[in-house]
Amino acid sequence: MRGWLRHHRQSLAAALRRVARDPLGSLLNALVIGVALALPLGAFVALATVERLVPTSATEPEMSVFLDLGATRADADRLRAELARLPGVRQVRFVPKDQALAEMGRTEGLAEIVAALGRNPLPDAFVLRLAPGAAAEDAASRAGGLAKVAKVQVDTAWVQRLQSILALGRAATLVLAALLGVGLVAATFNTVRLQLATRRDEVEVSRLVGATDAWIRRPFLYLGAVQGVLGALLAGAIVAAASWYLTPFLAGLARLYGGEPTPILPPPMLIGAATGLAAILGLMGAWISVSVHLRDRR
Amino acid sequence: MSAISFKEVGKRYPGGHEALRGVTLDVEPGDMVFLTGHSGAGKSTLLKLIPAVERPTQGAVLVNGQNVGRMRAPAIPYLRRNLGLVFQDQKLLHDRNAFENVVLPLAAAGVAPRDAAKRVRAALDKVGLLDRERSNPATLSGGEQQRLCIARAIVNRPSILLADEPTANIDADLAAEIMAMFRDFNGVGVTVIIATHDLGLAARFASRTIRLDHGRVAR
Repeated sequence: MRGWLRHHRQSLAAALRRVARDPLGSLLNALVIGVALALPLGAFVALATVERLVPTSATEPEMSVFLDLGATRADADRLRAELARLPGVRQVRFVPKDQALAEMGRTEGLAEIVAALGRNPLPDAFVLRLAPGAAAEDAASRAGGLAKVAKVQVDTAWVQRLQSILALGRAATLVLAALLGVGLVAATFNTVRLQLATRRDEVEVSRLVGATDAWIRRPFLYLGAVQGVLGALLAGAIVAAASWYLTPFLAGLARLYGGEPTPILPPPMLIGAATGLAAILGLMGAWISVSVHLRDRR
Repeated sequence: MSAISFKEVGKRYPGGHEALRGVTLDVEPGDMVFLTGHSGAGKSTLLKLIPAVERPTQGAVLVNGQNVGRMRAPAIPYLRRNLGLVFQDQKLLHDRNAFENVVLPLAAAGVAPRDAAKRVRAALDKVGLLDRERSNPATLSGGEQQRLCIARAIVNRPSILLADEPTANIDADLAAEIMAMFRDFNGVGVTVIIATHDLGLAARFASRTIRLDHGRVAR
């Protein structure tokens, strides 16, 4: 058991030494893996960023019901009850026209325009929040048929479309990640195969003097795993650099959508998970490579 | 129980070459046996069957009672740890020094480094290379390289030592020195089998000699 642990330690040290002894070759290997991993990693970060720009409450469909300019407070009270009875409606909030104007005045760039207005051009309105997945279009058409309702606007149709696009993006990213994961296995398979070619004599002699396949395989497994880890860390660095470059552009976009212009650094959890996964995939590539080599020379 | 026992062993290589035919022989524990015969008589093939480097296509090869011809692959390393092998082509690793070459069988067997270092130095001392442990094999003379191979073969304290043409490519004085080493190992109870085409060498030792002729044991 102690000998086994010692060999694990020695194998890891040997793998690190081998990487350090050939910095250029190791860097290029890591770059191949890093660029491949940076694509899905970057896509995940981009998707997460877009998701943060979209107000989370908006995933529940929302619609605005604008009343006639001449509608009275009594009309509004009657409509509140009628709107609340519509199917799928969870919450009804009344926005009086004075409040709407005040809110508008607080919006950057509109304050002066609001101040210049002689009278309030805005109608009273209701904001309805529907249950998630409720048929917003159906509720909207029924609300539009009520007396004293001037216009119904489904506010969150664009959000729902965006959510669908994001879901598609997430699925596509998973497909991309799976494909590039296979690529990573192939890349380490090849590097380890080259290593095996240069160390053919060592493998042969080790076998002849009583080394088990597991013992022979171990240093190569560590080499594959170390390469995967280096590739993943490089991928993290690539994505972080790209995020840093893109953040100012994002800030402009964020203001447009009322989101927070925060930097879009890849979350440490994601880098950690990617690193662990890359280590496992590198190990798999090395495992296949050594197994093929040993089988062919049995 | 014989240390090594061949029962009607045949070996046909892929492609059809028949290296051994109907070989039956027994080597008792503590024996020293010379395996002679012309080049291509099957000496190397016979030696390779013992550590299961090659498998027989007929008959049975028993090592300490175990049928190694039918041994499952995962068990073979443990068989080899009890055998010392001196190869015709030496198989020294030139990317590491003498010490590191000799320590390989112990490292593979999981011997603790401190213990292994002691045993490597004892083996190097036995073959007279203790002062060369840091030398690369390429810087050693032919005789020294052969002795390094022997050190690697005995470092595991095997009960059986197999040597394929250990005195090829070295001059007569060195050959005698190396043969004396094998006799010393045999003297402490190691079963030794030496394949050589040099009949004179075998004759000088008055040991048992098995002669192979076209893959058969000559009577």
